[in-house]
Amino acid sequence: MSILVDDSTRLLVQGITGSEGSFHTQRCIAYGTNVVAGVTPGKGGSEHLGVPVFNTIEKAMSETGANASLMFVPPASAADGILEASEAGMPLVVCITEGIPVLDMVKVHRYLKGRSTRLVGPNCPGVISPGKCKAGIMVGEIHLAGNVGVVSRSGTLTYDVVSQLTSLGIGQSTCVGIGGDALPGTTFLDILKLFQADRDTKAVVLIGEIGGTMEQEAAELISVEMTKPVVAFVAGATAPPGKRMGHAGAIITGSAGKAPEKMKALSQAGAIIAPTPAEVGLTTKKVLERV
Amino acid sequence: MRIHEYQAKALLARYGIPVPRGNVACTSVEAKKVAAEIGGRAVIKAQVYAGGRGKAGGVRTVNSPEAAEETAGQLLGTRLVTPQTGPEGVPVGKVLIEEASEVSVELYLSILIDGMSRSPVMMASQAGGMEIEEVAKSTPEKILRSYVDPAIGLQPFQGRKLSYGLGLDGDRIGEGVRLMTNLYRLFVEIDCSLAEINPLVITDDGKLLALDAKLDFDDNALFRHKDIQQLQDKEQEEPLEIQARDWGINNYVKMDGDIGCMVNGAGLAMAVNDLIQYCGGRAANFLDIGTLNNTERVINSFKMFVADSRIKAVLVNIFGGMARVDVIARGIAEAYQQMDIPFPVVIRLAGTNLEKGQQVLVNSGVSFIQAEDFYDGARKVVQAAKGVKK
Repeated sequence: MSILVDDSTRLLVQGITGSEGSFHTQRCIAYGTNVVAGVTPGKGGSEHLGVPVFNTIEKAMSETGANASLMFVPPASAADGILEASEAGMPLVVCITEGIPVLDMVKVHRYLKGRSTRLVGPNCPGVISPGKCKAGIMVGEIHLAGNVGVVSRSGTLTYDVVSQLTSLGIGQSTCVGIGGDALPGTTFLDILKLFQADRDTKAVVLIGEIGGTMEQEAAELISVEMTKPVVAFVAGATAPPGKRMGHAGAIITGSAGKAPEKMKALSQAGAIIAPTPAEVGLTTKKVLERV
Repeated sequence: MRIHEYQAKALLARYGIPVPRGNVACTSVEAKKVAAEIGGRAVIKAQVYAGGRGKAGGVRTVNSPEAAEETAGQLLGTRLVTPQTGPEGVPVGKVLIEEASEVSVELYLSILIDGMSRSPVMMASQAGGMEIEEVAKSTPEKILRSYVDPAIGLQPFQGRKLSYGLGLDGDRIGEGVRLMTNLYRLFVEIDCSLAEINPLVITDDGKLLALDAKLDFDDNALFRHKDIQQLQDKEQEEPLEIQARDWGINNYVKMDGDIGCMVNGAGLAMAVNDLIQYCGGRAANFLDIGTLNNTERVINSFKMFVADSRIKAVLVNIFGGMARVDVIARGIAEAYQQMDIPFPVVIRLAGTNLEKGQQVLVNSGVSFIQAEDFYDGARKVVQAAKGVKK
């Protein structure tokens, strides 16, 4: 088992004909992902990379049975793309787009409330269940199928952590990049719950960063509900307050946003903190030996 | 993005929110003129992108146009050091001259996006004129919050509730509701990330007035507000950060160390800086080159390091995903061709097209220190920097 995506995933790509959409669709297909449809308004009826293209998500879903969407829609129209997918009843939307205005996302969250769509991202690398399905832009080859769940706010830092795990022979059940924005569709809390319920996940690696209070919310869940071990690292201990560190959400605006505060909360909740970002793999190995 | 107080107040006024009479001045002669127009007694406020101006001497009351001229002359062209700036301070290029208001009550009002509810929240407090972070820490019960449903906007009942909570009475209830409704409209229409009136005052003659105001904007939404984008005062920003942006490096933050860093990805870039500190060094910057498949941003990053006299050594840490390692390597080789690089460079490459990238570096003949992983990279760059005398 795994979470969010697996070999039953029938992927639809929003923005499939764009340059990024094309590039990554090819790589998803090469990884073995079942890409069943693409959507680009105005290009319906054509075929791209051997995948049928539709004008609307509704049509694409009814004709192909797509059950997850990967989005490469430019920031100004990305919110609209998420709404269209949700309206059509798409169960999972993975939004790669970086730079969506926060107030657009506020509207999206309001609309998604009470609906069945799960949004992952925006501004994220996506989701991969190694050996089964890659719905994202991560490098497939560094992953290895196994029993450690990975959840992170970062892209390339996650690649580094995953390759640490893989080189130690530690495989992953699913790796989820929840993204670097201030208002992610899916939070650490949501993913930890899914990993806790997933039979094949034995331990979880959580990579947080400065800004917001998502790590503290995760800590609460870890102390109350999680029985599986959680290894954690929070990036940005050296980040100056008030400065946006690349990610829209990575800005320290209060003491709770600081890395040491977050690591303290996670540690107190029972998570095992990796001493450095380069030792997440080794720390996980030690934890697994104890389990 | 930040803007100045005088610009924020002009926007508030456009949305019908009462602000003190006044105008901005770039010279002491202009300041005198403005002070004369508003009747002599005035407040001179240094316009800088930093809070804590009052304690730093950046806000002064004067009694005549001549005194306004003199005070403005003392402030303009200097650098103001406040608790929120570094020791080098920020330049005062403009002053705001306003009528001095007789204040009976100081309140606080703001709107921002709440991460937990994922909606705008209006915050109000009777503890006006203080740092709201401090109020939140010491007396959280003094902060009132009203969460706004973005589908319908701020409702009159919410404004009334907050107005009563602020202790407003009589006509000021209606005034307060109108002011809050207008502030919400401003917040959403021009994509603010923060709209703060602190203090919002009740004057001696019973009027509500925005005595100080701060507006911050969502960088991601600036594409639809070209007029707002133009309000940015580059003089207030860190020169190296402005330089970086001009060279297409949007994610650059100056830090206080001497090791230059070029990384792809924000999380990895932060982690690299953390690791450098763990190894006993200090990063001179945060630099996420983002996803790119051209060499220009790599070359420009090296230009940044060469322009930054503090740099003793540089760490390049690339984990190719969307970005391809061979392209980055070509950028490094080109940088070496284009400029004299006076510091040791430690390079750690991994990910997409790694072999090709390593080949490019070997073929180019550039001299660099190779690192196996990013721990190794951090250790080596700290060591390299220690060997450099500056």
